[in-house]
Amino acid sequence: MNYKNTYWKTNLKYLVILLSIWFTVSFGFGILLVDTLNQFQIGGFKLGFWFAQQGAIYVFVILIFVYIFLMNRLDQKFKNHK
Amino acid sequence: MELQNWIWITVGLSFTLYIAIAIMTRASSTGEFYIAGKGVPPIANGMATAADWMSAASFISMAGIISFNGYDGSVYLMGWTGGYVLLALLLAPYLRKFGKFTVPDFIGDRYYSNVARGVAVFCALIVSFTYIAGQMRGVGVVFSRYLEVDITSGVLIGMLIVLFYAVLGGMKGITYTQVAQYCVLIFAFMLPAIFISFMVTGNVIPQIGFGSAGSDGVYLLDKLDGLQRELGFHEYTSGRKSRLDVFLITAALMVGTAGLPHVIVRFFTVKKVSDARKSAGWALLFIAILYTTAPAVAVFSRTNLIETVSNKAYAALPEWFDKWEATGLISYEDKNQDGLVQYVADPKINELKVDADIMVLANPEIADLPNWVIAIMAAGALAAALSTAAGLLLVISSSVSHDLIKKMIKPDVSEKGELIAARLSAVGAVMLAAYFGINPPGFVAATVALAFGLAAASFFPAIVMGIFSKKMNKEGAVSGMLVGILLMLFYMTKFKFGWFGGGDDKDWWLGISPEGFGSFAMLLNFVVSITVSKFTPAPDSEIQKLVENIRNPDED
Repeated sequence: MNYKNTYWKTNLKYLVILLSIWFTVSFGFGILLVDTLNQFQIGGFKLGFWFAQQGAIYVFVILIFVYIFLMNRLDQKFKNHK
Repeated sequence: MELQNWIWITVGLSFTLYIAIAIMTRASSTGEFYIAGKGVPPIANGMATAADWMSAASFISMAGIISFNGYDGSVYLMGWTGGYVLLALLLAPYLRKFGKFTVPDFIGDRYYSNVARGVAVFCALIVSFTYIAGQMRGVGVVFSRYLEVDITSGVLIGMLIVLFYAVLGGMKGITYTQVAQYCVLIFAFMLPAIFISFMVTGNVIPQIGFGSAGSDGVYLLDKLDGLQRELGFHEYTSGRKSRLDVFLITAALMVGTAGLPHVIVRFFTVKKVSDARKSAGWALLFIAILYTTAPAVAVFSRTNLIETVSNKAYAALPEWFDKWEATGLISYEDKNQDGLVQYVADPKINELKVDADIMVLANPEIADLPNWVIAIMAAGALAAALSTAAGLLLVISSSVSHDLIKKMIKPDVSEKGELIAARLSAVGAVMLAAYFGINPPGFVAATVALAFGLAAASFFPAIVMGIFSKKMNKEGAVSGMLVGILLMLFYMTKFKFGWFGGGDDKDWWLGISPEGFGSFAMLLNFVVSITVSKFTPAPDSEIQKLVENIRNPDED
């Protein structure tokens, strides 16, 4: 029971961290802060515009794969303990 | 070889492939019909989800819409990809652990009530029908554009094909057909994009190409901003919509994506919980290939269009212009009789009308690619429309045969009987969808946004709270879903179809567009559910155990 609890708590912690990043890159960098970031340039992209049309999507993909990795590791720990 | 022959060959070959797959993978039990016997490998499921997800609109229209809206088009890019993060983190693994057949299954069992199940079926049917009518229309349009048959025959051919493999193969057949369809559609989308990127910027990767400089050494995006300013359009890299509206539309599309039943159900088809997470990752990766290329295509074709036509003599325009003018997608009217094309923002002076779809469709010709590439584009557009239609069809048929008949009306139906009912309802659904495809109600275009708003306002809160709160009860969930979906229906019909007194954008509440209103309705759903659940009895220990079980990893 205790370990089930730890498992769930750890999962929730991962969710909070990953979803904060999810929110920051899309709603933050891509929308709310877009004008500020547009003052910076990488190559031919204004940074805010780049996040809205490219960067956010790359980060989304990475976030899911990070979550897969973290949860597989957590599942393994949980199984070993049993 | 003639273009028409190439098109018949590629379309014919791809259809033969889909039908062959359907025959090899036909379903023989309800488990196989609804969720492919839970045996789909994660990568295959990722591809199938991607094909299921990317419709004719993603394939043909999205890049064009972005190219006319610039930064504002980002709502689609972020909105239709960010939802997968929510799916992977908040929904897919738990729903897979729950391990039943449909979304109403989860709602009905978790909220121990057939009322909740009924409301969920109602929402699933509304969402799926609004969506599928547009897809059948898309099939018809693609057929008529490429194969020179009329739209009605196009819809009928498409209907027969979908009918054949969805009814025979069920989820199992659809899944493997969708894998093939993904390959066809992504190849068809990327090939011209890569060629054009190379042509314009010398870089074969479109994602990098549109941030590079053209042959004149000026960054492409800076040049486009300049061109847009010159002609009186808004600057490409900044938008016209209010920041609040962009925020809310993006949120509604993300949450709506995560709440669409035909997407969710794909995660029921894998072997274990960890596979559900993996398939969400693969799905988004496969989707991102197209979604990060589309904004590049948008920039290339926008720049190309302006440079080709603006202030040029009409008589000297390239051949593709005449060809697409004949289809009515481009039209030119020489208002000031100077023989030049004035393409500007001011509608009084502007002489050129351009349909957004042309930005993708005319790509191969603009880049001077051989006929077989155009033929592959046709096959790709059909693959996109058919795969989405098939996925929706399955949700409709399982809602009727499983959720309505088996779970609510006639629980003692045999498996064989249920399977027959599933196939019959698929037949009924496809005929209804074809009818709407041939006689589209005026609101088809508007209803795609409606489908997302509805899914966001109804399903997402009920499912998320069903997993993350043990205290959420049936009274809370049902009242939340009802308030959410009814408010959304009210707002959309009021401002889109002029019901309840109608109104225009000045009357929008707090300046929120109907497309963005789903976010608001979703928040209200959460608030109502939580408030009601505080004043009504908590679910009993059986349900709390069910939630506990959903949260735990595989037992194997």
